[in-house]
Amino acid sequence: MAGDEFVTIGGAEIEIMRRGKGMPLLLLPGEDMLEGESAFVAGLAQRFEVVLASPPGFGRSSRPDWLTQPADQAYLLLSLLKKLGLARVPAIGCSLGGWIAAEMAVMDDDCFARLVLIDPYGVKLGGPTERDFADIYQLGPAKTAALKFREPDTMKRDLARLGDEELSRIARDRESFARFAWEPYLHNPKLKHLLYRVAAPTLILWGEQDGIASVDYARGFAKLIPGARVATIADAAHYPHLEQPDAMLRHIGEFLGANA
Amino acid sequence: MRAWHFTEMPYPHYPQDEPATRINLPNKFFDPKLGAELYNRYLDEHMIADELGLDIMLNEHHQTPSCIDTCAPLTAAILARQTKQARICVLGNPIGHRNDPIRVAEEMAMVDCISRGRLDCGFVRGVPYEVYAANTNPTYTGEKLWDGIDLVLQAWRAIGEPFNYEGRFWHRRSINVWPRPLQTPHPQIWVTGSSDLETPRRCAERGYVFANFLLPHDKVRPLFDTYRKHFVEHGLPGGGGCAYMPLVHVADSESEADKGAEELRWYLTAPRAEPHFRNPPGYMPVIANVKAMRATQGPNERAARTASLDWLRDQGILISGTPDNVVKQIKRFYDLVGGFDHLLMMDHAGFMEHERTVKAMTLFAREVYPQIKDLPRTAPLKVARAAAE
Repeated sequence: MAGDEFVTIGGAEIEIMRRGKGMPLLLLPGEDMLEGESAFVAGLAQRFEVVLASPPGFGRSSRPDWLTQPADQAYLLLSLLKKLGLARVPAIGCSLGGWIAAEMAVMDDDCFARLVLIDPYGVKLGGPTERDFADIYQLGPAKTAALKFREPDTMKRDLARLGDEELSRIARDRESFARFAWEPYLHNPKLKHLLYRVAAPTLILWGEQDGIASVDYARGFAKLIPGARVATIADAAHYPHLEQPDAMLRHIGEFLGANA
Repeated sequence: MRAWHFTEMPYPHYPQDEPATRINLPNKFFDPKLGAELYNRYLDEHMIADELGLDIMLNEHHQTPSCIDTCAPLTAAILARQTKQARICVLGNPIGHRNDPIRVAEEMAMVDCISRGRLDCGFVRGVPYEVYAANTNPTYTGEKLWDGIDLVLQAWRAIGEPFNYEGRFWHRRSINVWPRPLQTPHPQIWVTGSSDLETPRRCAERGYVFANFLLPHDKVRPLFDTYRKHFVEHGLPGGGGCAYMPLVHVADSESEADKGAEELRWYLTAPRAEPHFRNPPGYMPVIANVKAMRATQGPNERAARTASLDWLRDQGILISGTPDNVVKQIKRFYDLVGGFDHLLMMDHAGFMEHERTVKAMTLFAREVYPQIKDLPRTAPLKVARAAAE
């Protein structure tokens, strides 16, 4: 997955890929960066010009030392939208990308026309000794994959076939995710108090078998955003857009249809 | 050459078939009554080391039965008062995990005063699984170590000149450490490293002791060579030196020595961490993780876990035998790595009982130490200087 272009924002180089033609749509990928060549993006590209931006620290985007939390990535990505001339775009954020998109929507309540969050992280709803998210750092990669994917083996990257450059990128993605996700674990304690600011109509899509966080978490997240609704996707875990692209494209098509 | 007695203060009395013992071994296996006996026994052995003329090294780990010294400064404080002559090396303060360098500066200065200047003050980044116990972000551990050391030293050097500090990791309005360390300007600093040549380079440039543990001699040599090269290039900045830790056991006969060595080997085989605990994301650089993705386990680690005592002895990871045999092994290792200054002896591990531990320490102190004490500390540095000229 080669970067089509790089944009310099606030000292960070941000990698952009564009797919398809039509109305622009911002797509913020998940921390595993699996979206690029997916059927999901190909499907979106039939109706939209998909602008896939690698968040700072991921893919080929740089990670300045001062970045410590997704809110920092969000500021840079808001500037990216301005620079690209993307005002009030529809946006889709997956997993970590969903958390970043939520931070952006809080910072600028006019940046998105519509917002789709796919199994996003970002808020903690339970008490101090309750887990909102399975602890992937305690569980390790194999058990985490079993929670993230319905059929982990089919989604597995064949590391033996990848070159040093791709392996380096995977290692750096994991490192960046730990920088942003380690503590507070997968959430910004302030975000839940600020989600009332999200003005864009919001749809939360959630894989019914997501083992990282439950459907209850999705419903709790939605309650914090005015008017947000939740749709659950059967036979899918943390990345429903990768496991059930057709069902996801139908939901998203209907939701964005109003102004697409 | 200085020799240091060391035990991780293990609590070995848990089911030995537990697959993983770091971080998540349930603490129901810890019997406080037994723990109380063990703490006091280990402290007694430290005091015996003192009487035998050995120095003492301390470390700490968390959430593991392999080491129930969870606070080396506490142990150091006890020994500062109860021992008479031994140097006490805290190796080390996991300063990034402690997350309060000024508190560490205070504690170490206090121990230095109580011991009347017998403290050596080490700092460690901490082994990978420590990030789980301390919940330290694994992507900053190296930077926090060096920033933390700098802040401690700045605090100790700022005599009569309180200063404010607003750095990347810590903020303080007015740093004015009471007490000051007794040793001027401060105790000898030590830092540990295992493969990255950057660590011995930095240690050499600053005159810190560089220490590493349980590595085969051919892995130690490039680290110590790097140290010597930079030590000379930076004008021999005082103090410093290289330290190495093998398992060490001395006995009256080779068969008894092998029995002791087998008991020490517990340390290489029993404390186990799940693979991901050994490599949290960001702890190792990207390039090392690329290598790790291509291979699941390093050959040395695998070798050390299953190797024969002969192999361990050949590598220098284990030094054991009768006194004269042990002298030979130490001198061989000394030559193989180009010389070193401190022998850190893990001379107790696992289930080894008090009597055997003390007997081995005593034999070492009486029959081995006199034969290696005069191994030149400065000669390797002179050699390095000569080579540089």
